[in-house]
Formats: sequence, C-alpha cells, structure tokens
Amino acid sequence: MWRSIKWRLGLIVFFLALSILFLIPTLIESLPKWWTKVLPTEKIHLGLDLRGGMHLLLEVEVKKAVESALDKYASDIKNTLTKKDIPFHQVVPTSERKISILLPDSKANDRFSQIRSDQYANLKVASFRQQEGKFQYLLELHTKEEKSIEDSAVRQALETIRNRVDQFGVAEPVIAPQGENQILVQLPGVKEPQRAIELIGRTALLEFKLVDDENSLEEALKGNIPPGVEILYQKVADKDTGVVTRRPFLLKRRALMTGDVLTDARMRIKSDFNEPYVSLDFDARGARLFDQITAENVKKRLAIVLDNNVYSAPVIQERISGGKAQISGSFSPEEASDLAIVLRAGALPAPVKIIQNVTVGPSLGQDSIDKGIRAAIIGSILVVLFMAVYYRFSGLIADWALVLNIIYLLGALASMRATLTLPGIAGIILAIGMAVDSNVLMFERIREELRLGKTVRAAVDAGYDKALFTIIDSHVTTLITAVVLFQFGTGPIKGFAVTLSLGVMINLFSALIGTKVIFDWINFKKQLKTLSI
Amino acid sequence: MGIELLGKTNINFIRLRKITFILSGIFVFVGIFALIQLFRGQANLGIDFAGGTSVQLKFENPFQLDKARHALEVNGFKDSELQQFTEGNKLLIQLKRSAATPEVRLGDRIVEIFTKEFADNKFLIDSITEIGPKVGKNLQHDTLIAVIISAIGMILYLAWRFEFVFGVAAAIATFHDVLTVLGVFFILGKEVNLLLVTALLTLAGYSLTDTVVIYDRIRENLRLRTRDPLADVMNSSINEVLSRTIVTTITVFLACLSLFFFGGEVIHDFSFALLIGICVGTYSSVFVASPIVYEWRKGKKIRIRSKR
Repeated sequence: MWRSIKWRLGLIVFFLALSILFLIPTLIESLPKWWTKVLPTEKIHLGLDLRGGMHLLLEVEVKKAVESALDKYASDIKNTLTKKDIPFHQVVPTSERKISILLPDSKANDRFSQIRSDQYANLKVASFRQQEGKFQYLLELHTKEEKSIEDSAVRQALETIRNRVDQFGVAEPVIAPQGENQILVQLPGVKEPQRAIELIGRTALLEFKLVDDENSLEEALKGNIPPGVEILYQKVADKDTGVVTRRPFLLKRRALMTGDVLTDARMRIKSDFNEPYVSLDFDARGARLFDQITAENVKKRLAIVLDNNVYSAPVIQERISGGKAQISGSFSPEEASDLAIVLRAGALPAPVKIIQNVTVGPSLGQDSIDKGIRAAIIGSILVVLFMAVYYRFSGLIADWALVLNIIYLLGALASMRATLTLPGIAGIILAIGMAVDSNVLMFERIREELRLGKTVRAAVDAGYDKALFTIIDSHVTTLITAVVLFQFGTGPIKGFAVTLSLGVMINLFSALIGTKVIFDWINFKKQLKTLSI
Repeated sequence: MGIELLGKTNINFIRLRKITFILSGIFVFVGIFALIQLFRGQANLGIDFAGGTSVQLKFENPFQLDKARHALEVNGFKDSELQQFTEGNKLLIQLKRSAATPEVRLGDRIVEIFTKEFADNKFLIDSITEIGPKVGKNLQHDTLIAVIISAIGMILYLAWRFEFVFGVAAAIATFHDVLTVLGVFFILGKEVNLLLVTALLTLAGYSLTDTVVIYDRIRENLRLRTRDPLADVMNSSINEVLSRTIVTTITVFLACLSLFFFGGEVIHDFSFALLIGICVGTYSSVFVASPIVYEWRKGKKIRIRSKR
C-alpha cells in the first residue's frame, strides 16, 4: 500500500515540477542566463484576440495570372508569325481566357498548325472554324497547365508577401497557404494595421509606358479610345488644401518595361526640397532596356505606372544609361519607404483580394486578458469556497485537485506551445467546473457507501470504483466535442478546443490519482473512523 | 458529514413526464422555428457567418449613441447596428452583408467618419472585423459539418456504451437543450455567431455528461433490481444521483456566472448561453432523457449490456 502511495505521490510531484518549470518563463520577466541556456523559455502563446494584431485571409485571383500568361502567349505567337512571315488578321486574347487567331488562307493555316504543335504544346484548340476561306482558332491552355500556373501564382504570392512582411518588421508573423488559392497572414501586435494592409495587398506591378501624343486626350475622355491606348490617372494632392484631384493620361497600352528588372529600390530624400522619393536600380538586362527605350524616345514622356496609377510622367531629356531611375510623387516618408519595400519584394503574380480581416487593437486585447483572468480567478474562488463549505475536509482535497489541475493545464499549454485565446480562458473555466464534477461524483458515491455503514477506507475505495466508469463516460463525450471543434474550428475557437480537451484529459488524471492518493495517504497514516465529507 | 442540500428525496420524475413533455415540446418548437428562420436568413446571424463589417471603438469620453447613429446615417450607412457598452465608453458598429455594399473594406471608412464627426472625442480602435461573403459561407459549411460529426460521434459512443435506445434518447435530450438555447437567443434577438455555436457544442457535451451519469445509475440499478417495475427503478435512480446533479450544476453555474459578470463584452453572450444551457441541460437529463427511455421501453424488458 505505502509503495503504491509513494509511487502515485511521486508522479503527481513530478508533473507538478514539470508544469512549474514550463510556467516560469511566462511568470518571470527576465530569466537568468543559466536558465535560458538549458531550460524552457517558451511563454504561453497568446492568440491575436488577447495580444492584439491582425488576421488576414487573402484570395489570390489566380484567373488573372492565367490571363496574363495568355497575354504573353498571344504576343509571343504574334511575334513568331511576324518573324516567319505568316500572314494573319488577328491574334488577341479574349475575355474568356482564350486566344483568338484569324488566318487568311490555308497556306498560313498549314504553317501555323506546324508551329502550334511544335512550340505551343501547352495550348490546345478549343474551337476551330473555317469560313469563307478564312481560318479561325480559339486556343486555350491545357487544364494541367492552367492549374500549374494557378498553383505557382499562389506560391509566388506567398513568397512575395513573406518578403514584404519580413521587411516591414513584425515579430512572429504567420504566413501560410490555406485551401486552394488563399493565403493566411497573421501579424501579432502590429501597430499600424492600415499600413500593413496596403503593404501586403498591393499588387505592386511597376510598368513604364509611353505617353501617347498622337491621339487627343479630350477625344479619348469622351469615350473614343483608339486601339492600343488607355487612360490612366495620376492622383495629385494640392500642397496647401490637401484636396486630391485625378489627372488623366493617355498612355500606350504596351508596357516597355516592368518591375521585374529591378535589383533594388530605396527611399531617399531630395536634399533641396526635403522631399522623399524612391530610387530604382535595374539589373543588366533592365539597364540595357532602359538605355534603349530612352534613346529611342527622347523628348517623349515616359509614364511610371504602378498598379495602374500614374506616379509621374517626366519628359525624357536624353538617353539614360547606368541602370538607374527614380519615382517621385508627393510621398510621405512612410509611403515612400513602403513603396520601396513592395518594389524590392517584387510584384504579386496576380492581384489579391482581402476576404477576411480581423484586427484587434492592443487596448481590447489587454482588456480581454485582464477581464478573462479576473473572471477565471473569481470563478475558481467561488468554486473552491463552495466545495470547502459543502464537503468540508474532503472539499479541501477536491480543491487541491483543482489547483493541481489549473497548474497542470497552464504548464501543458506552455510546453505544447498551444495558443491561449479568450474562448480558451472560457475553456479553462469550464474545465474547472468539470474537474469539480468528477470529485462531486465520487464524494456523493462515498457518502452513499458510508450511509450503508461501510468503513472509511472501504467506502472510499467503493466510491471511486463505482464512479470511475461514469467519470470516464462523461469525459469521453466532452472530449468528442472538443476534438471536433479542434478539427473544424478556426482561431479563437481552436483555442477553446485546446484548453477544453487538455483540461478534460488532465482532469481524468487529477481526479483519479490526485485526490484518491490523499485519501489513501491519510487512511494509511491513521485509520480514520469518520470522514469529513 | 458536510452539508446536504437534499436529504433522501423521493420525487416521482417519471409521473411528471406528461407536464414536462409539453413544456419541452414548446421549447423545441421555438428552437426549430428559430432554426428555420436562421436558414431563411431571417434571424440575427453574426457577421462571421453572414459576412459584413464590424468596428469597435473605445472613446475617451462618454458619447451619445444618437449622435453616433446620426454620424453614420449622414455618411451613407443607414442600416448599421449600434451597440453601446457604457463601461469604458465603447461603441460597436456592425454592418451586415445584406445592408452593406459587397466590397469588404468598409472598416476604414467607418473609422474615417468617426475621426471626422467625433473630432472632440478621441478614440482607440478596439477591433475591426471584415468578412467576405465567401468566408462566411465556408464557415457556415464547416460549422454544420462540425455539429453533425460531433453529434454522430456522441451517439455512436453512447450506443456502444449503453443500449441503442439510450443513445437515441440522450441525443434527443441534447438536441432539446441546444434548440432551447437557440430559441432563447432568437426570442431575445441576440446574435447567432461562431461563439454561440461553440457554446452550444459545449453545452451538448455538458448535457450529455449529465445524462450519462443518470443512465449509468439506471443501468446499475436495473441489474440489481430485476423484479421491480421500470418506473420505480428509474425514479429511484434519478433520486439517488439528484444531489450530485444539483451540486455539479451549482459549481459549473458559479464558474459561468463569473464569466458572465466579469469576462467582458466579447464573451458576454457566450457565457449567457452557457448559463441558460446549464440549467436546461440539467432539467433535460432528469425530465426528458430518462422519461423517453421509459416511454420507449415501458412494456418491454430492457436488455442490459454489461460493459464493465
């Protein structure tokens, strides 16, 4: 008997020590050096609802990535046909993610068919029509190819967003793919949520386009937009009044150069006006391209377009070699530095849409922690008092199991790096209630056995035995719910499931071993004639 | 011995079933009605399911709710729902999907409006939540699956531990509790959101626990008293565990009461659901779960499967 008691007590103390070990980093602000070297340093992880921060779910508009791939194919096919002197009426991407090709005669058709099977195996014929001696194709991407473009768009977007967040500087960000084309971004404790959203959600497609001087802007604004030309706007803020106006530009649709040739982008300040701007460095290819573009278009205006907004459209005074350029506009230093970050990290392969944004300010987070802890403490005290009053000495034993329970639960949370959320605190309180239930079940049984006239030891043993299966039954049913919630819940709900399921399991241990051993111990030391229960 | 709330009781629970069945019938009816309204989109569905925007602001000084409503109205948000928490001068603004434009980013607009209209009363942004319609739909779907799976899991477990009829009766009692709480929320016009669903699932677990405790005793007694009428065995079993039932209810109720009063506005409704649910759950395990088994089996002899 004594051996079994010693063994069980040892187990309890061992787990108690372990839990406290894991809890110390949470409780003590600055740990001594020797501690951090060998012992656990993980604090209990707080969820975004307690800590404050931002939870974003982004959807990558993968179809746009497919569209731009098709655009590239279309212009590639056009180039090839021109190069090989194959006549054609039309090679254009359509709005249904297809490429429409119109060929004038059967000779062109034969040569095109050859090229198509040789060079464009990724494209398949969606429909083919022969009419009045003309041949019309509708090409589309193979499903497999389309899928792979979509997948890589999501992967690239993930990588780009990760780069941007890293440079923005947030501690412990979570950036993870979710579902087929979604990206989850969690930024704990982020101070300026608005800025973070701008930084993450921006496509940051940088394009250099020529201003079209041949056509009239007035005509275009009336709706007569010539082919190959588009109207984009520049936002101009009046320095004195702050009123923002939109200034239209007529631009050639084709981008001469895009941001993928950038090697670096930095925020700088013009010394004479104290005005922030972003300096760009091109790679060798970009430098060559820029040199060529500027040489060919001296005295014309080159617009710098970011996500279809014109930032500036300076006149090219002379050929620019050296691979450098700059974007100026009326930036604040933050805007300029964020712009530099997104340009450095690169453009997203497709636009992203924010489909879920849950932002919790630090004030509410702290408020919730304070209130949650207060509620937990008051709840525990109420329960502890009730048990002590109702069951007297045995109630104190139950209270001991309760304290054991809470320490174990917190220790387990810290050691498993589980996340504590506000519903998670509710879960702890509920687990406290359940912990007590196990003891109530046993105590009521023991009372019944005592009423039958059994000795204290026999009554305790019988009470435990008979209550055992009921306790297991009731814990299993709760555990089923908790596990399902864990599987299907998100964020805060998951936190609830974590504490509840941990609580339930720890409960079983402390109820079956924690209190029983105390009864046995007391009984062993001195044979009890009566039990205060 | 310590205090006993109840001495030896001898209440005829089985005979009371006619009354309690009627009472429970009303509860369940209201609950089902609420559920139908929910699926028809007529109930107060939270933005996490319905999609929409919610913004909570914490002002420095007390403010007038009417002024806040007016500020939103003149800026084009006519259908916003406002809730004021006087403690800490907090204001919760919700725009449901049906009322708002389909774009997601409305939170910043609202913050802008209040920065302009309440220039003399500074505020902190407690939270901004913006949920796209697709996310809400996904969540509805996931939640439904979670509820169904956990229901199946519990019935299977009970059917394995007890006899099938016990499993079914326990499931009915559990649905009864969940529907009752849902009905109360519907009548009070409170919001049905993810937290409520969590509370309901928790309640299901709790109510089941309560039922299992009583079933365990019934089974034990049926084995000992094979000659006694079923009603007697059931009645005395319920009476025997009655004090446990009540003591446990009190302790869990106390813990939840503390959540309700001190836990803050975020989990206020959550703890409210738990409070009602605990009472209903206790009631149902005594007055619904066991009498159903009785009704089902009163003519026949119950087979006892011994699993111990």
